[in-house]
Amino acid sequence: MIRIILPPHLRTLAHVNGEVKLEVKGQVTQRSVLDALETSYPMLRGTIRDQVTQQRRDFLRFFACQQDLSNELPDAPLPDAVATGTEPIFIVGAIAGG
Amino acid sequence: MSGVRLLVGTHKGAFILTSDDKRERWDVKGPHFGGWDIYHMKGSPVDPDRLYASQCSGWFGQLIQRSNDGGKTWEPVGNKFVYDGVPGTHLWYDNTPHPWEFKRVWHLEPSLTDPDTVYAGVEDAALFRSTDGGQTWQELPGLRGQGSGARWHPGAGGMGLHTILLDPSHAERIFIAISAAGVFRTDDLGKTWRPMNRGLKAQYIPDPNADVGFCVHRIAMHPSRPEVLFMQLHWDVMRSDNAAESWQEISGNLPTDFGFPIEVHAHEPETIYVIPIKSDSEHYPPEGKLRVYRSRKGGYEWEALTKGLPQRDCYVDVLRDAMAVDSLESCGVYFGTTGGQVYASIDDGDSWNPIVRDLPAVLSVEAQTLP
Repeated sequence: MIRIILPPHLRTLAHVNGEVKLEVKGQVTQRSVLDALETSYPMLRGTIRDQVTQQRRDFLRFFACQQDLSNELPDAPLPDAVATGTEPIFIVGAIAGG
Repeated sequence: MSGVRLLVGTHKGAFILTSDDKRERWDVKGPHFGGWDIYHMKGSPVDPDRLYASQCSGWFGQLIQRSNDGGKTWEPVGNKFVYDGVPGTHLWYDNTPHPWEFKRVWHLEPSLTDPDTVYAGVEDAALFRSTDGGQTWQELPGLRGQGSGARWHPGAGGMGLHTILLDPSHAERIFIAISAAGVFRTDDLGKTWRPMNRGLKAQYIPDPNADVGFCVHRIAMHPSRPEVLFMQLHWDVMRSDNAAESWQEISGNLPTDFGFPIEVHAHEPETIYVIPIKSDSEHYPPEGKLRVYRSRKGGYEWEALTKGLPQRDCYVDVLRDAMAVDSLESCGVYFGTTGGQVYASIDDGDSWNPIVRDLPAVLSVEAQTLP
């Protein structure tokens, strides 16, 4: 079970409280996690990554296990602790503006 | 009992203001989508409880929300806006080619006849249409493909398609306006388009015969007379009496002819309203006095409407989509400011009262007259 912590606006949009827990088939990567997330919560399509290019939105970052994974390749395996559900993956809005 | 519903989009959410036909007491609901920019909301003319809203954020991109109960509840619908074919380039601020990139939806215009059909004006400028209630969107590519798209460039606020006027007497005629490209018209429901900017002038365009490049801020029509159009150009207030084939200046005695919104009285096609703003580098009312100007003669001669509006120390702006009229017997006129006030007049503009004073910066106001 993968654990995902969404930023507050996306929790509101997806009508979830706290963590999202998802089953991810196959290798656990950014792409497979986001595919599973968007399948379960289709209202999130386009809010985390562009629907056409699949690029991460500029002002969002991915963190897990105290590492910034934002610039990892989409198909790179996520840390074992994420894959086993020991640690959550955080989707964080960049601090911008005043 | 008849009444009015105001759809107010702000920098931090959507608000819905309702009143009976007296328009003395208002119920304020919101924020919906708190924390998000709501560029625009509009209801279907044939089903007033069908509303569409453009919700966006620098972090999370674009969403479209739809309501089937007059804004009590909402559901996100389709938000995939993909330009048709290879998007190509337009001009950037420095006149270099810049690729077309979707950024946000500035304006939503529901069909006059079908609640499931709605048009979206987007940045970078293009026109999209949905025929399934906003679930899917298709570009009308003839507009960008009209031939001049590579010469369009953004205004200071971006290159947005901000005005969509559906002609009630010609089902296949649509006028749109883009900042800073100008006005375009289709007579075949979006297949082909022509630039309609003859008579417009701009200091930054030396060519007197330029067909595009104009920073049109807003155009408006009265539904009973769709061949007559009114325009707030960047500088200059203009009118056309031939469905935008040509334009003439009607700024007359306005204290400044810079501004953003322009509206037409619901029952008097020659009565129009503008809100003069000091200049393009000083986006606030001249002399710190918030004044609506009304012409009852279709332009040229204007009178200041000040009763109930702040006449000192007022430095708010009123954006292009933030003025609207209702169609009750005594026409209501409404506008919202970047200071968060929404003002209402129920006597053609003679006097004004604030409905609310402390909303987030108002981006858009639409008025629905309810049966």
